[in-house]
Amino acid sequence: MLELLDYPFMQRALLAALLIGVAAPAVGIYLVQRRQALMGDGIGHVALTGVALGFLLDTSPVWMAVAVSSLGAVAMELLRSWGRARGDIALAMLFYGGMAGGVMIINLAPGGSTANLTSYLWGSVTTVSPSDITAITFLSGFVLLICLGLRRQLFAVCQDEEFARVTGLPVRTLNLLLAVTAAATVTVAMRVVGLLLVSALMVIPVVAAQQATRGFAMTLALSVAIGVLVSVSGTVTSYYVDVPPGATIVLIALGLFLLISALALPLARRRARRAAPVAPAVAKADPAVRS
Amino acid sequence: METVISLAKVTAELGGRPVLRGIDLAVRPGEAVALLGANGSGKSTAVRAVVGQVPVTGGELTLFGSPVRRFRDWARVGYVPQRSTAAAGVPATVREVVSAGRLARRRLRPLGRADRAAVDRALGLVGLADRAAESVNDLSGGQHQRVLIARALTGEPDVLIMDEPLAGVDLDSQQVLADTLREALGRGVSVLLVLHELGPLQPLIDRAVVLADGRVERTVERPGRLPGTQTACHPPTAADELSATPTLRTGIL
Repeated sequence: MLELLDYPFMQRALLAALLIGVAAPAVGIYLVQRRQALMGDGIGHVALTGVALGFLLDTSPVWMAVAVSSLGAVAMELLRSWGRARGDIALAMLFYGGMAGGVMIINLAPGGSTANLTSYLWGSVTTVSPSDITAITFLSGFVLLICLGLRRQLFAVCQDEEFARVTGLPVRTLNLLLAVTAAATVTVAMRVVGLLLVSALMVIPVVAAQQATRGFAMTLALSVAIGVLVSVSGTVTSYYVDVPPGATIVLIALGLFLLISALALPLARRRARRAAPVAPAVAKADPAVRS
Repeated sequence: METVISLAKVTAELGGRPVLRGIDLAVRPGEAVALLGANGSGKSTAVRAVVGQVPVTGGELTLFGSPVRRFRDWARVGYVPQRSTAAAGVPATVREVVSAGRLARRRLRPLGRADRAAVDRALGLVGLADRAAESVNDLSGGQHQRVLIARALTGEPDVLIMDEPLAGVDLDSQQVLADTLREALGRGVSVLLVLHELGPLQPLIDRAVVLADGRVERTVERPGRLPGTQTACHPPTAADELSATPTLRTGIL
């Protein structure tokens, strides 16, 4: 069955899938924890403008996408922290601006048309070039260094931002770092699952894992395992059956989510029953009205 | 010894609306001071100003002698925010949440053996050592409050600042809270806390400061020594009764 490893293009595809399977859930878990599961989508749309700029300026679309989506992610984070726009509205603006900008710019590029964008929109893991692999390896390394090395600090910031500020953590810096890390992940993953499905690989493994876990570290470990499983198995499937790898990966992840949810349901019920006798916890007054 | 927390004519606004209109308050080493008052009187804003989360628009607020804006030694401050009922997006164990408090001492460095020992100690103090591996989402309100207190204690602070630690807390947890505070005060830790009523903490409180409409209405020294002052220093108003009754099930009233 391993004859697929004889082809260099499949070696590269599998390596890219493996790296993204690890990196995407590792950063996605913080976004899910902060209830910003859609942030990856927003960054993905902005990255499209970067890809198109890469074509227009005849530079590498991947690195241009890293630069532009980092700027977009930082802008999103600043808007959120200043409270100038509601998080969902800031996101919506980025979605539309990024998409329209990408389509406009690619049509300005000499000989460019939206067809150039297709492989980035839907992914095309089997056409990953050796120079792509260098970029993907480097960026995944950066993402993992941040997401694992600073996991306690990022956990504290995403779990209770006000408390984290009072402990003296550099909360603003950590938030911006997380935004840039998310942008790097999106651009890494766009070659594999495509910009429109990037966020799925950041979110679904985490949500699937947390159906069965009680702690953060456990959720992180399990979601990375799920991420690797689905991205590698999706890539292999697309080698044997003529199906698009990005969509295959996402559908396998969704299937796994449903399976884990179904298996974990009785477990959650039992836990809820056990917690019920001590549950007359009185709802605290609406935090919005605290004086 | 230097005053731990000092507010002199402090004013603050929330969204352009004046909430603190000149508060004077001092917490000295080893003291326990309670802030009382109706909803909207400014008690929560006052403690959030003390921990630097609400900007002070006038007057002087100092922590351990430094103006709050220039204060950097946050490891000396243990903050227990108001408990939110919203469950986090990703589950976290009791130990993981409590460990976050240790970052006050470690900042960007990883946690080591001494940190784990401090987390164990804090969990033991609030009586949750046997639940360290459980998800905080599975805890009752009182247990959750104890987690937040352990998180603040694990940084080994010199002052504990708590926002409504009794709200939605069952009787057992109230007792654990009182014992924890007594132990901390015994070690010379100072305490500033926002309360709706003194309840089981009454004997521990050195001074009760009653706020009304952003000003200090009155100060009662040693409220625990005078039987019956609990109601006297917290005169129920119509608005207070309305908002307080459904949230307070302490069994004391």
